Amino acid sequence: MAESGKIDPMHQFAIEPLFGTDHLSLGGFNIAFTNSALYMVLAAVVLWIFVIGGMKRELVPGRWQMAVEYMTGFIKNLLIANIGDKGRKYIPYVFSLFMFILLANLLGMLPLGLVGLHPFTFTSHFTATGVLAIMSFSIVLIVGFAKHGFHFFSLFVPHGTPALMIPPLFLIELVSFMVRPFSLGLRLFVAMTAGHVLLKVLAGFVINSANASPALGLTVGTASFILMIGISALEMLVAVIQAYVFALLTSVYLNDAENLH
Amino acid sequence: MPQIAQIAETYSSQIFWLLLTFGFVFFVIGLGMVPKVQGTADARDAKISGDLDAAKAAFARADEAEADYRVRDAQSRAAAQATLVQAKAQAAKASETKLAAADAEVAAQIAAAEARIKAASDAALAEIETVAADAARDMVARIAGVQASDDAARNAVKAALAHG
Repeated sequence: MAESGKIDPMHQFAIEPLFGTDHLSLGGFNIAFTNSALYMVLAAVVLWIFVIGGMKRELVPGRWQMAVEYMTGFIKNLLIANIGDKGRKYIPYVFSLFMFILLANLLGMLPLGLVGLHPFTFTSHFTATGVLAIMSFSIVLIVGFAKHGFHFFSLFVPHGTPALMIPPLFLIELVSFMVRPFSLGLRLFVAMTAGHVLLKVLAGFVINSANASPALGLTVGTASFILMIGISALEMLVAVIQAYVFALLTSVYLNDAENLH
Repeated sequence: MPQIAQIAETYSSQIFWLLLTFGFVFFVIGLGMVPKVQGTADARDAKISGDLDAAKAAFARADEAEADYRVRDAQSRAAAQATLVQAKAQAAKASETKLAAADAEVAAQIAAAEARIKAASDAALAEIETVAADAARDMVARIAGVQASDDAARNAVKAALAHG
């Protein structure tokens, strides 16, 4: 199976500078405009266009305005359910986070390979998801300490803990707290990477089996292709769910900062 | 895995562009546009619930007005009834008084007429006496050739008239 080496399921994650900006730098750091950056810009622009459609501000909304208001209402309800009425002030941040990740996930799923372009999912890079996770975590820390000062540490000591148990529990709670940005960032990165790898591996099966023999192509290839259709649908679901989980966990963490326990 | 293999060369570009694009999303879309969109939705919700409340209040007011109307209707019916009764009583009293007055007048006229008739008949009687007395004196003078006195003639007439 020498040919199978040609199809590298990890190649889709490779970052390539575009438009000859390889050596663009800022303060000694490379800031090349890559395919990853291109998809970030695309996600931002698509989201911008989407929200502009909701700016008609009519009393009786059209379909587009309805869709935009549905999304903001969805985030509002999420925040109010988790934080209470004080959660309203986080609508801009959580909405931006949710929609940006959602569009990144969905744009990376577009079958642009059919027209020779290379779709890219920047949420499959922990350098990107990590920044988003650290951002959410920082907001939690800032809000927590600004609102409660050192009392914020009482988050690590559940109510009714016996005095003897406070030190070990504090340690455990602290670790679970500090793990949050990693779980937040890595969950998204792993889910997107795994899905895309699986799709590429199955696509490799289809191509390699068809190349090996018609019999293998009809059996293994067809089965793999049908499986790909199902998994593509599943990946659409994962794209939405992962964006939702990121927003949901952010709001749960914000609730800790806002209301302690 | 390019995510790890390329990390040294790409992390700064990834972080830079992510902060730039997400900054745009957060500041322009999240802070600039989302509150307006949400404000429109909130205003609509407020308007709908306000309209519903107003409708409910109007309904309650209509019920109140109907109850008020019923009360006033009953009141005015009672008042009308009372006025009717009073008017009836007044009319009865007025006609009674008028009847009494008319009765009295008629009685007075009858009395006056009777008085006049009596006077007339008295006068007539007196005249008959005088005429009779004159006639009696004439008859006495012619028959007896005696001049009878006025009084005697008159008394004789009276006696004759009284005997019929």
